[in-house]
Amino acid sequence: MSTLVKNIVRFVLLILVQYYILDKVSLHQMVVPYIYFLFIIWMPFNLGRAWQMILAFLLGFTLDSFRHNPGFHAAACVLIAYLRPFLINMLIPQEGAETNYDEPSARSMGGLLPYMLYAGVLTLIHHAWLFFLEALQFGNFWYFIIKTLLSTVITLCLIFVAELMFARKQKFRTNTA
Amino acid sequence: MRNVFLFIRRFSNFLLFILLQVLSIYLIIHYNKYHNAVGTAAMNEITGRVNKQYSEINDFFLLKQKNKALHAENERLRNMLKQDFETPDTSNTVVTDSIPYDTLGNKRKWLYQNARVVSNSVTLATNYIVLGRGAGQLLEKDEGVVDTNNGVVGIITEVSQNYAVVMSLLHKDSKITAILKNDPASGGLVIWDGKEPNYLSLTNVRKSAKAKKGDTVLASPITAKFPAGMILGTIDDIKPDVSTNNFVIKLKSAANFYNLQYVYAVKNYQKEEIEKLLDKVKSSRPQ
Repeated sequence: MSTLVKNIVRFVLLILVQYYILDKVSLHQMVVPYIYFLFIIWMPFNLGRAWQMILAFLLGFTLDSFRHNPGFHAAACVLIAYLRPFLINMLIPQEGAETNYDEPSARSMGGLLPYMLYAGVLTLIHHAWLFFLEALQFGNFWYFIIKTLLSTVITLCLIFVAELMFARKQKFRTNTA
Repeated sequence: MRNVFLFIRRFSNFLLFILLQVLSIYLIIHYNKYHNAVGTAAMNEITGRVNKQYSEINDFFLLKQKNKALHAENERLRNMLKQDFETPDTSNTVVTDSIPYDTLGNKRKWLYQNARVVSNSVTLATNYIVLGRGAGQLLEKDEGVVDTNNGVVGIITEVSQNYAVVMSLLHKDSKITAILKNDPASGGLVIWDGKEPNYLSLTNVRKSAKAKKGDTVLASPITAKFPAGMILGTIDDIKPDVSTNNFVIKLKSAANFYNLQYVYAVKNYQKEEIEKLLDKVKSSRPQ
């Protein structure tokens, strides 16, 4: 499957799973599972930074449209798409791993720990910005802190499960023909 | 000038980031006011279509429960049939002091319009319900919405051609005036604290009110949105507030928001007339 088709399928599936499955699950007011931004975590390395942000905005805006609450997820998604390249640069093990692999995964980032750290930081930032914007409208400081931490934990569990369930085959690409 | 272009080129990513953030925050501020719940009717139409597909699949799994609800509704309607009642005396005539409109000589005030729920949520802080019926099928903004067993569901906040968005009772901005069935002189305001779906709070009920656990709470019939007898919920927990003269009441909502499928929007034919009258009084009042 080409990268484009693969990403379009991911976009649609993740939005549908988020809105029709996860949003129907009411664990607790403070524990809100999110999975849709896995699309941003899994975006290819070689995509331009402007495109990453535009796609992230579209992803967030689509979910917002379903929830009839425009803006919140779009803002959070754009933020993590902007910070993603910096984080990859910091965590990627050796020079050139970006060119040898297509997209971030445990393998391309040299182990499960750096990869989960990468996913964890993005998740935390996403949740923090999202719930901060929500807290400005209703709720208070503790609401924001506790909701961010608890939701990050449950989201990371989901990402880990998704990673195990949908093992992505990552070819090692070399430029020696 | 050249430096300006160089600057834009150098920081293009950052500028795009700022632009998109500002756009998002503009959307948040602009569209999250009470009655501007959705704003873009176009997006409403698109997501409505996807939601409709989903709900058609989902309906299949809820057929059994729906059957039961329809049964209950049929029973209630049958009990209202005229043949259920014996007329004791035919020498008296009933006189209604309103202008006759329909063939029975009564003026119609309320019209029930059935609608299908195509999307619904209970887990957010701002829950909306989307109905598969819109302005093209004569739904209007501000109509009340009730479920098949007369439980209040919400109020329509936005209509597009084929879909309508209802602000659910489970919405942080939802405020509905309520009265107690056993003590119609007392009442309060039903709001949602965002904690638990299907549980609401009833505020502003004085301690002198005759309220106890299990009592029914109705939507106030003097507002222009719901007819008399629409149930908001039953009292689940009641305790006096130490610092004020009010009760703190927890309600179990009459409508089950987890499996809403068919609802009725209630149109008030006399609302416009009443509003016009009020406007007239207000404008003619001497300053």
